[in-house]
Amino acid sequence: MAKKTLNIVESAYRAVMEEQDDTILWLLAAMQGAGAEHTVVLRGNAVNYAVTGQGVAGLRVGEWKQTQAPKMDRDVLDLIEKRKIPVYVVAEDLADRGIEHSELVPGVQLLPRTALPGLFNEYALVSHW
Amino acid sequence: MSRKTLTIALMDPPYESENLTTAFRILDVAARRGYHINVFAYEGAAGLAFVRQTPHPNPVHGKDVAEENHPTTKDQVAALLAEAEKNGGKVDWVNCGMCVDERGVNEFVAGTRRGSPADFHAFVEASDNVLVIPTK
Repeated sequence: MAKKTLNIVESAYRAVMEEQDDTILWLLAAMQGAGAEHTVVLRGNAVNYAVTGQGVAGLRVGEWKQTQAPKMDRDVLDLIEKRKIPVYVVAEDLADRGIEHSELVPGVQLLPRTALPGLFNEYALVSHW
Repeated sequence: MSRKTLTIALMDPPYESENLTTAFRILDVAARRGYHINVFAYEGAAGLAFVRQTPHPNPVHGKDVAEENHPTTKDQVAALLAEAEKNGGKVDWVNCGMCVDERGVNEFVAGTRRGSPADFHAFVEASDNVLVIPTK
């Protein structure tokens, strides 16, 4: 049985245009496919990953055009629905940014900041990205 | 009216930050306006024009190489050079020589060249404006 890992993702929108996704969410999805057992907590600026309807026009340089620009809400929803990875967002970090829970993709769970240490006890490994 | 000359110094390596996306957006506009553009690619940015970058598939997204159409900075550099030329400008893209050596990325997109801090100094002296985008 795989070690349960809690992944706190804080670094946000780092190289997502060049990679066309978030490298950590991508890594966790790929590892889950290999049998890992992950849970994700989005905190800090990364809470914005769960906001539905976000998107960006692809980068264009001269005649070169990006055709697969990142869509972070799609990737968060993929974690929840396809990979069965629980995804939490830190409630206070959401409120600090004026984002309502109703703006998030379905299935994202709110987690009060004070509940985070208690969550640590449920996992064999805690990774802070 | 004479063409403006803009110098940009870059430090971030490819695939590590959003700084380069911002830089390429600025460079693209400058090229469309026919500006003369100087780029000093320092430290990690010396890998931007490395010609052996290869696009990859995205198995998490279920896309093969063609569908994923993964961006490579070498293609963006080549497109920048072509766009500037089309609009009557030119790009002098210098890859820091010591930086490329230590990283083993000494094969560049055609039209870029190996250089040194002396080139950056010359760029600064000859430019209407200079933008440094440092790594953090």
